[in-house]
Amino acid sequence: MQVATGKSILNGIAIGPLRIYKKAEVQTSQTSSLTPEEEWKRFEAAKEKAQEQLGGLYDKALDEVGEDNAAIFEIHQMMLDDDDYLEAIQGIIDTQGATAEYATETTGENFSAAFAAMDDEYMRARATDVKDISRRVVNILTGAGDAAMQDDQPAILVADDLTPSETVQLDKSKLLGFITRYGSSNSHTAILARTMNIPALIGVDFDDSWDGQTAILDGYNHCVYIDPAAELLETMEAKRKEDLKQAALLQSLKKKPNVTLDGKEIKVYANIGNAGDVGLVLQNDAQGIGLFRSEFIYLESEDFPTEDAQFAIYKRVVETMAGKKVIIRTLDIGADKQAGYFNLDKEENPALGYRAIRICLTRKDIFKTQLRAILRASAYGTVSIMFPMVISVREVRDAKEILEECKAELRERGVAMGEVEVGIMVETPAAVMMADELAEEVDFFSLGTNDLSQYTLAIDRQNPKLDNFYDPHHPAILRMIKHTVQAGHRHGCWVGICGELGADQKLTKTFLKMGLDELSVSPSAILPLRKLIRGLDLSQEEE
Amino acid sequence: MKQFTYTITDPVGIHARPAGLLAKAAKALDSTVTIAKADGSKSAAATKLMALMGMGIKTGETITVTVEGGNEEANAAAMEQFFKENL
Repeated sequence: MQVATGKSILNGIAIGPLRIYKKAEVQTSQTSSLTPEEEWKRFEAAKEKAQEQLGGLYDKALDEVGEDNAAIFEIHQMMLDDDDYLEAIQGIIDTQGATAEYATETTGENFSAAFAAMDDEYMRARATDVKDISRRVVNILTGAGDAAMQDDQPAILVADDLTPSETVQLDKSKLLGFITRYGSSNSHTAILARTMNIPALIGVDFDDSWDGQTAILDGYNHCVYIDPAAELLETMEAKRKEDLKQAALLQSLKKKPNVTLDGKEIKVYANIGNAGDVGLVLQNDAQGIGLFRSEFIYLESEDFPTEDAQFAIYKRVVETMAGKKVIIRTLDIGADKQAGYFNLDKEENPALGYRAIRICLTRKDIFKTQLRAILRASAYGTVSIMFPMVISVREVRDAKEILEECKAELRERGVAMGEVEVGIMVETPAAVMMADELAEEVDFFSLGTNDLSQYTLAIDRQNPKLDNFYDPHHPAILRMIKHTVQAGHRHGCWVGICGELGADQKLTKTFLKMGLDELSVSPSAILPLRKLIRGLDLSQEEE
Repeated sequence: MKQFTYTITDPVGIHARPAGLLAKAAKALDSTVTIAKADGSKSAAATKLMALMGMGIKTGETITVTVEGGNEEANAAAMEQFFKENL
């Protein structure tokens, strides 16, 4: 057995024969017997054909991997129309009497080398894109096609490098995974692999003797085992089957409503802690984002993040969710979440201290910057705003008044906005007791069960000595949830849970019976929860 | 000639997709649009996709956008709007 390491693109396992793919060496003759004008005409015709092919690839990618990932082929089309690129090709044809294919190949190499020399990893990865478009034109000009990349046997494809167009053209039913010598985790090929859910390793120094041998591609451990021992093969096969089960669960639930056997429906949303988690939200087929913890933007920042910087992040998340609901919780800093530049005083009792909405209502400048950024992002999808740590009606009215000020300012600036729902976190006993009055002020409630449990039971969850006293299913908490749901519904609010309790499968049936409208849980908890919901029957009495 | 500065907020900087969109948007205008790094070390016509990408402009970097010829007022405003929305 031989082990080689690389960099994993996707946590997954592939087992099967390796197949090494070598690109055909294209023979291009340098000197042309035609006039430069004739050569340029040949180039233009080939370019047009290449544009057509790229259009076709765009459509195929759009179908398979979505608009964001398909955009690369649109960019290829634009690159192929780039003035500098075209001028360089024409220059070589004119001054050297060269063939169109030679001029294209040389220009492709020169531009690609320029990108490869940049100090930015993302831009270095673009070198492949330039090569890809140049090769496409050269192949059209010479009539050469690349050797078949795949045969009838499903295999793990091994190549020096794969271009985005090669990746999209691969027959997924015969592709177990792929391994490349070059490439970066930033390349479009890597992004496509992730989207298509294909285990892949890059940066692997492979050997021609691998061709045809059985191998395990272990994406979790960034390595590939060539001719593995039977024992390892067995373990990895079991692990792979586990992955498949999860994937099958996803397949079986994708796009299906979350309805119990007797017809009760509930929304299952995802909680996210930073913009990068959006991928997980989509992978797990959540119906929306029920809690976007905006404080990460502040915690990862050295100084107060600007309106534009925040807007860019919200917009990206909202756009990626493509019209599905995104509930952004406004700044919840203080207590255990501190950012130095806020200069908050040290407190005796931070959990009961100066935090969340209390900071926002006294530091209006910070609050308004965030609200304007959120409102601007609302033009790009469906956005809701949620205020944390509320205890009184006055706070909600004040926050809404500031929100209206922000809307007016943006309107004056002529900025587009969408309709924005306003809600609050119900995470203090006070908010539960005041739920009727609060419900008059807002569109929705989201129960923050972590803080609500801590405040209701007077138990600090960080203190291990209290574990014996802590009961997450304490009737006091369940009654509070029930009270909140009923009060909310009386006044036309929808009510959800975004705390840990939402993912507690022992309570799912109870929550459904209480009439909760939404559960927002971590992305990995979504599928198991949805499966459970679809198997429940509320009309059946408990045994 | 109209000029304005803009600080890139997109985490990847001027990467392929917005550069492509920028080139397309700039081509539609009747002015010549030039993008330059704040320190003046590099500049490129906004219509040239690969040159734009080659500048390697990262997030947080401030660029100067120059609009010359044609309807400078309206075109500069259109460019400013473009940067705010896409970069």
